[in-house]
Amino acid sequence: MVIQALAFYLFAGITVASAVMVVSSRNPVHSVLFLILAFFNSAGLFVLLGAEFLAMILVIVYVGAVAVLFLFVVMMLDVNVAQLRQGFLQYLPIGMLVGIVLLMELALIGGAWVLTPEIEAALGQPIPPVTEVTNTEALGQVIYTHYVYLFQAAGLILLVAMIGAIVLTLRTREGVKRQSISKQNAKQRSEAVTVVKVPTGEGM
Amino acid sequence: MLISDIQTVLPEIFLAVVGMGLLIYGVFIGDKSMRQVSWLTVFALITAAAMLYVFGSTGEPEIAMNGLFISDAFAHYAKLFILLGAALAVVMSVDFMEREQIIRFEFPILILYASLGMMMMVSANDLMSLYIALELQSLPLYVVASIRRDSLRSTEAGLKYFVLGALSSGMLLYGCSMIYGFTGSTNFDAIAAAVAAGGVSTGLVIGIVFLMAGLAFKVSAAPFHMWTPDVYEGAPTPVTALFAVAPKIAAIALFSRVMISPFGEAIEAWQQVVILISILSMALGSIAAIAQTNIKRLMAYSSIGHMGFALVGLAAGTETGIRGVMIYMAIYLFMNVGTFAIILSMRQQGRMVEGINDLAGLSKTSPGMALALTIFMFSMAGIPPLAGFFSKLYVFSAAIEAGLVTLAILGVIASVIGAFYYLRIIKVMYFDAPVEPIDDDMPRETKAIMAVTAFVTLFFFIWPSPIVDGAAQAASVLFGG
Amino acid sequence: MDALLLEYLPILIFLGIAIVMATLMLAASFVLGPSRPDSEKLSAYECGFEAFDDARSKFDVRFYLVAILFIIFDLEVAFLFPWAISLGDIGVFGFWSMVVFLGILTVGFIYEWKKGALEWE
Repeated sequence: MVIQALAFYLFAGITVASAVMVVSSRNPVHSVLFLILAFFNSAGLFVLLGAEFLAMILVIVYVGAVAVLFLFVVMMLDVNVAQLRQGFLQYLPIGMLVGIVLLMELALIGGAWVLTPEIEAALGQPIPPVTEVTNTEALGQVIYTHYVYLFQAAGLILLVAMIGAIVLTLRTREGVKRQSISKQNAKQRSEAVTVVKVPTGEGM
Repeated sequence: MLISDIQTVLPEIFLAVVGMGLLIYGVFIGDKSMRQVSWLTVFALITAAAMLYVFGSTGEPEIAMNGLFISDAFAHYAKLFILLGAALAVVMSVDFMEREQIIRFEFPILILYASLGMMMMVSANDLMSLYIALELQSLPLYVVASIRRDSLRSTEAGLKYFVLGALSSGMLLYGCSMIYGFTGSTNFDAIAAAVAAGGVSTGLVIGIVFLMAGLAFKVSAAPFHMWTPDVYEGAPTPVTALFAVAPKIAAIALFSRVMISPFGEAIEAWQQVVILISILSMALGSIAAIAQTNIKRLMAYSSIGHMGFALVGLAAGTETGIRGVMIYMAIYLFMNVGTFAIILSMRQQGRMVEGINDLAGLSKTSPGMALALTIFMFSMAGIPPLAGFFSKLYVFSAAIEAGLVTLAILGVIASVIGAFYYLRIIKVMYFDAPVEPIDDDMPRETKAIMAVTAFVTLFFFIWPSPIVDGAAQAASVLFGG
Repeated sequence: MDALLLEYLPILIFLGIAIVMATLMLAASFVLGPSRPDSEKLSAYECGFEAFDDARSKFDVRFYLVAILFIIFDLEVAFLFPWAISLGDIGVFGFWSMVVFLGILTVGFIYEWKKGALEWE
């Protein structure tokens, strides 16, 4: 139990600290690297909650793919941080205000967390105990059957994302010579070579 | 999963499959297939609308897909107008896109998927299906906003729309998680039961408010309207025409369903907020539009104002109020599609113009267009006996019935102020000397759309029952009638 | 719950060892290593590159497209894990549910292949 608590504070502390570093570091690449650290520690927190699958997905998808995409974008844009920071002080008060409002709301909710008994019963119900069914399996049992509608809709969203990314960023360049193997193989002698009889002493 | 489930969702499945088929067809033929793909998309959208009535004609609530999806008269009514709006936008885009050299066959397919998302939005019966549908609707719209990717304004529009849309989705999700935490379910019926049994706790109120903020972003109601003018101005005009109509109907319908069906018991928690955003939108829509010189920006502020008027009906929270909202959105569709048909044809010597002053002397150069625009502007200003007057009448009378007299009075004042800028356009057309005539080469389809919508707007009062009765049935089913 | 976390204990210990080792090595080199700073060490050798400069240069937008397409298929694979584990419980319906999902993404795949988004020119 002590180890669990210690691990929690370790992960939570590093998550918050690296989140602060994400917004405050001078170099955007460092920001992304701190973001990756934050993702890893959040994955640790998920494990502590018993949500193994989410933790692993966080590592695979967020660290493995999303953070890499962020790095690409940072590289692609070649952001000038000094320029970005110019408005920082100007927007600080309003940002702080929004932050404080959100914080107060969270405190309010924490203080007023009252649930009726029926709701509490419903809350605990759909999750099978971790000891009997693993997390991933429990998810698998509902995603593809009970929530098939959402699952297929998610597939459509991915399809649209694919179309969107291609529509917005794909450019075919002029004057690029591509190798087309089928074309090469299908080439006939007659297309490539013409035999010309050159009369002696006259040239072409 | 039963066959009946599939039957209930058949129009949606149909659209999804057709979209994939068109995608494959288009990619094999190339961009030159855009015209064909566009017309096939229009055909698919109309077929889906017909399927709604063939397979779900009763209008009784049918819950399918394990409670995630609901099909009822309310959804049918909203879907009909969503599909109509999207189909008209695609029809109007065909010629425009070819002239402007934006030839990409993906464009109609993206609109098709956005319409699918909108249909799923109005049929959502669960917070999860609400969110997924909202994303399926938004994602293609972000892309089509910046479809003219070499234009700085178009890409800026897309980016702004995307960033603020993502922010609003975040707020919506935050609200949803609160609601789930305090009611123990994401299903609308279960939430309604939990609210009825356990009352409204502070956390739930915060959840509802965040959810409403997210939805207000999507309907572009003040104070969450900031993106609207820039996006409307920057996006290519057919895209703006789409934005002004179909997503608005879907979002307002979703807003109404979410407020009435799970949180009907908690009306005192959300009524104040709806009244506030309604007043702010009406005021902003009327006042900020006065200074505009670009007609697309003007239409953006006008749509913000119209959303404010529609929300008056929702603020009433009664069956007549919702009926008013649905009538309002239907009439709004006809007025706006017609106006955009005209904006799309504003060219001077083949070049697009968007200034209000470019309309000067339109009554002399192309009297037909001027007459149609006059009808739409009078209707939007709410002058009897045009359709726009009745739409306002229905929502205001519902508000008065529900005891919200102040709101109704403020609405009337806002619509009087708003009338100023609508009338200004008419003045420019009829009394200013023409500087350079607008080209008189409107494509046939656009002309037909303009004529039909003008006809509907003008003669709505003679035979209002198709829209009014449909809206009444839609509203009654939402209140369990 | 505790049983579950116990399975992760080796990872935690491993993590602890890694942190200790890393800090130890860094600290040791910092303390023990000779340090004689000199401005010449930082300046460019004759006409060479600047020793300390921003290593970043602008990337082509094509990298972004590849990364986005990778994420999409990564997510698709993420959906396969729970499916593979629970295939025994969810039966034929669950199987075909996944096949339809993969079908949707295959349509997208055909689209991007044919469109040439996978080629690098």
